[in-house]
Amino acid sequence: MLAKFLTEDHRDCDDQFARAEAAASDGDVAAARAAFAEFEANLAHHLEMEERVLFPEFEQATGMHGVGPTAVMRMEHEQMRSLLGQMQGALAAEDLDSFLGAGETLNVLIQQHNMKEEHMLYPMAEQALAASAGPLLERMQAL
Amino acid sequence: MNAPLALEQAPPISVPLRFLLTAPLFGMLAATLLLIGGDEVLATRWSPLLLALTHLVGLGVLTMAMCGALLQLLPVLVGAQIAQPLPIAAVCHGGLVLGTLLLAGGFVAGSGAMFAVAAGVLAIALGGFISVVGSALWRADRPDASTRGMRLALLGLLATLLLGLALALGHAGTGLPLWRGTGTDLHLAFALAGWVGTLVVAVAYQVVPMFQMTAPYPQSLRAWLAPAIGVVLLVAAALSAWAPQSQSLAWPVLALPLAVFAIATLGLLAHRRRKVGDASLAFWRLGLVALLAAIAVGAASRFFATDLAMQLAVTLFIAGFALSAVCAMLYKIVPFLVWLHLQQRISASAAARHRIFPPNMKALLPEPRARAHFGLQLAALVLLVAAAFWPFLVRTAAALWFAAFAVLARNLWTVLARYRVECERIDGCGT
Repeated sequence: MLAKFLTEDHRDCDDQFARAEAAASDGDVAAARAAFAEFEANLAHHLEMEERVLFPEFEQATGMHGVGPTAVMRMEHEQMRSLLGQMQGALAAEDLDSFLGAGETLNVLIQQHNMKEEHMLYPMAEQALAASAGPLLERMQAL
Repeated sequence: MNAPLALEQAPPISVPLRFLLTAPLFGMLAATLLLIGGDEVLATRWSPLLLALTHLVGLGVLTMAMCGALLQLLPVLVGAQIAQPLPIAAVCHGGLVLGTLLLAGGFVAGSGAMFAVAAGVLAIALGGFISVVGSALWRADRPDASTRGMRLALLGLLATLLLGLALALGHAGTGLPLWRGTGTDLHLAFALAGWVGTLVVAVAYQVVPMFQMTAPYPQSLRAWLAPAIGVVLLVAAALSAWAPQSQSLAWPVLALPLAVFAIATLGLLAHRRRKVGDASLAFWRLGLVALLAAIAVGAASRFFATDLAMQLAVTLFIAGFALSAVCAMLYKIVPFLVWLHLQQRISASAAARHRIFPPNMKALLPEPRARAHFGLQLAALVLLVAAAFWPFLVRTAAALWFAAFAVLARNLWTVLARYRVECERIDGCGT
């Protein structure tokens, strides 16, 4: 249940990213801004759901605090935020080449990150948090 | 479940980069050989220069790049860690460089001693690689279709290596007969379909949907494609050993799973959700179309008495399909790796953190440069194919092919140069 929900959220973020990238590639700054705002908000929400609910619960259940998979995932979230900031700055300056370059980097970072989550972390979390999956899902959606 | 997964398992950057940056240099060497030898190289399939060229590309470019990529991708794709990556990379890379040069030298000079040493060195380099990567792959927690495909590809590499060693010892004048004909056909089939083809399939399951935002490959296809290549390869090998007259039926069948793969991937790419194209996408498409052409020509070759069609099929497979797939991967992996390592270096430095940013992937390797390489490689492929019919074109094709590899080399080595400059900038921050 948790894995399915979070995995579908990954795909939604992908689609929003693709729309922002396509608009920027067409040179349409206004459309790129609108699509990027939507993408950024959704990605930020996804990262928060993991950092504020899923990761702490997972760390609690497995005893892996500050080590193990969640530590690496948190670090990659920070790298994503930094790239989001660079994309935001490039859009403000209407520098679409920099926007697309940072976007390509963010996409590769996100894709390899998602692969690790979907193949390893989420299945581990499903196992560790099987009993409380329902309430956890509600807490994540309420954020 | 095994010990807690540390997902931060990426090896030091020098581990993959030494392989990935060496690959185009061997391509330049192979093109030079063709430039010097001219149409003599393509005279027959047993021309020593052609055999040298095939190994410079097959080992020096394709296997070199694939080994480097596998060492980098295993932790991400499979969650499998490789202990002691630095010494392993040194032995595999050093051995692959030396062994490939000696093997090509053995063909060109007709030197039995060079064949003997090449066989020993390649046995150590590739045998070591197979055992290290194999143990990581077979330890993987949740083997998915991609992991299982990589295992089969590794077995394909092992079979290629063993057949190659038997052939090399035949050349080395050890008294062993040179198993030319059936032995060479098997060596080539395992190299192209068992190792290169299967690995591209296994990696494509992951990277095509990831980077191009396509739908996933259908579950049934993922489960059966790589094993089907393996089964058909074994049946074809058994037939050619025990019933040589039935060979002509077996080899075209071998191509069927790869044809299904090419058509399925082109279909996925046609409906990709990411609308912005790049050089990597162009290389995938070129490679898949070349694969279909190679299969069509290979199937037709049964109806011709000469080696021409078979040579053309192998050219399309190696210079068209395999090389393009490798380039599609290089243009994603090299700039991303450099960005990632720069980012980590910045994060580790209190003075640099939040003050400087690493150049993004497109700043490290601008798209127009990758496109220029694509254009040259496409032109070289067209001329290489044309040269099979009109031998006077061989040197023009070779010159273009050299230019394509040289531009690839410049593209990749420039990224490394930028990496070094940025490292100094980061280290100098706050001092």
